[in-house]
Amino acid sequence: MTDTLLEIENLRVAYPSAHGYTDALRGISFSVGRERLGIVGESGSGKSTAGRAAMRLLPPKARVSADRLQLQEIDLLAASERQMREIRGGRLAMVLQDPRYALNPMKTVMAQITESCRLHTKCSRAEARDQALDMLEAVHIRDPRRVARLYPHELSGGMGQRVMIAMMLIAKPQLVIADEPTSALDVTVRGQILDILNERVEAEGAGLILISHDLPLVADFCDRVLVMYGGQIMEELAARDLSAARHPYTVALNESLPPLDRKVAELTVPEHDPKWLEQRR
Amino acid sequence: MTPAVEIRDLTITFGQGRARVKAVDSASFRAAPGEAFGIIGESGSGKSTILRAITGLNDDYTGDVLIDGQQAQKPRTKAFFKTVQMVFQDPYGSLHPRRMIRATLAEPLEIHRFDRKDDRIAQVLNDVGLAPEFAYRYPHQLSGGQRQRVAVARALLLEPRILLLDEPTSALDVSVQAGVLNLLDRLRRDRGLTYVMVSHDLRVIAHMCSRVAVMTQGRIVEELSADALRDQRAETEYTQQLIRASRGTAHA
Ligand SMILES: Nc1ncnc2c1ncn2[C@@H]1O[C@H](COP(=O)(O)OP(=O)(O)OP(=O)(O)O)[C@@H](O)[C@H]1O
Ligand SMILES: Nc1ncnc2c1ncn2[C@@H]1O[C@H](COP(=O)(O)OP(=O)(O)OP(=O)(O)O)[C@@H](O)[C@H]1O
Ligand SMILES: [Mg+2]
Ligand SMILES: [Mg+2]
Repeated sequence: MTDTLLEIENLRVAYPSAHGYTDALRGISFSVGRERLGIVGESGSGKSTAGRAAMRLLPPKARVSADRLQLQEIDLLAASERQMREIRGGRLAMVLQDPRYALNPMKTVMAQITESCRLHTKCSRAEARDQALDMLEAVHIRDPRRVARLYPHELSGGMGQRVMIAMMLIAKPQLVIADEPTSALDVTVRGQILDILNERVEAEGAGLILISHDLPLVADFCDRVLVMYGGQIMEELAARDLSAARHPYTVALNESLPPLDRKVAELTVPEHDPKWLEQRR
Repeated sequence: MTPAVEIRDLTITFGQGRARVKAVDSASFRAAPGEAFGIIGESGSGKSTILRAITGLNDDYTGDVLIDGQQAQKPRTKAFFKTVQMVFQDPYGSLHPRRMIRATLAEPLEIHRFDRKDDRIAQVLNDVGLAPEFAYRYPHQLSGGQRQRVAVARALLLEPRILLLDEPTSALDVSVQAGVLNLLDRLRRDRGLTYVMVSHDLRVIAHMCSRVAVMTQGRIVEELSADALRDQRAETEYTQQLIRASRGTAHA
């Protein structure tokens, strides 16, 4: 396959709770190269936690351990906070799940995108402005000049997602972790945004981790998929085989999807079986 | 029959001079009592802006917002919120960042003088698939989908007759989504609730709603039935394109 960009081995994360610590990740291992890796899984199964752990963006009180957390030649477990500031955004970028809240509420769209550009690439103020406008156009924002002057709360949900994507891609990171990057986009714009992400992978040899609840999208767009449940990776499949998945949770997922071609009285809600947690494949 | 929710020629603009934009341009629709009415369309086309105008969060609009045939007062009264509740597109929008979930959920119950507060909170959390201990967390201590379910729970607590739902399940995996959609559908059928629901997911809209408005660039360009949506019988090119893309042929 491709050379490895990120390698994670036996990653465990626990958050403090009312009674001691609660496990969010129970020892997950995977690696990603110059490819499109999808992560699907139950709400609360630890997908965002895994992404934030790689970025070293977990809250200080979280308990983190791993046998290996390696971004190419860099040992992320040992990297100093100063090193991390260069890596974050520059080499490894994450599109966060709630973009309008992840963006700085006090700064305009233009200020945030140019800042990301100037921090990670050597470009002048004027170049950064031009690139920012080009980037907004690339993510299919109508009227980029107007939108560049808006503050995050003045953006629509899907515009916020696209601004966040623009801000990440402008620094040309080697690996992008995109956490539900298209959940607020209509299907046509979504296709265009996926094309842009795809271009990073195909033309520039970047890696992409796509965290998403949209199974048809993941099956269609990604190369491989990890299925998470209860803080574990339950199975790994080729993306095109997603509809033929074997783990009971993944099977249940396929059955819960509302059909588009016929009316059903009720959607199927899976009965969770504690045994699912032992059925790793 | 008098519609439960009606908007007539609703127009909303933002910004001044060159930055001026008509976010909503003479939009009109009616949702009958007990109906679920859907809005789909382009990102940035004004869907959330319409819901925010109905709920009075932004009352700087022209045109009419009618609830049960009555002009909604500006600003909205306390009684209005007993009847109409909204689930915001960003779950953070309905949750106070520095308050425990329990406090956020208890507040509307106190304002509207409901009894059995703790029972109601535990029940509604259970309804959306969250254990009672989630009441003792802060919003940032939840996953994206858990936050979204708390936002749905908050809107349901006051037992409103009309619910405005802005992408209420966009952060949920389909198994959890199925539970929340079944809950909403059951409440509508049993209690005759009326929904105006925005979603980019045509599967969700076709499953939940009987009629759908399609928006692009501030305008409602078409209204069609869920059956027509399923059978791909759309009039405008834009809607046809949306349906085609939803059927998974958008990306090769
Ligand atoms: N800061 C925190 N403190 C305590 N618990 C947390 C914190 N952040 C996350 N959790 C818990 O850790 C678990 C995993 O959360 P995470 O956000 O990784 O889930 P997810 O798979 O991204 O879910 P979703 O699809 O709903 O976004 C959840 O049960 C969540 O409640
Ligand atoms: N407070 C504001 N100031 C300036 N412009 C605004 C404000 N609120 C909304 N807008 C603009 O109004 C337009 C419509 O936004 P709205 O949030 O209604 O879109 P939407 O259809 O909900 O999109 P999405 O599907 O992406 O959430 C956008 O161009 C947005 O930038
Ligand atoms: Mg998440
Ligand atoms: Mg919106």
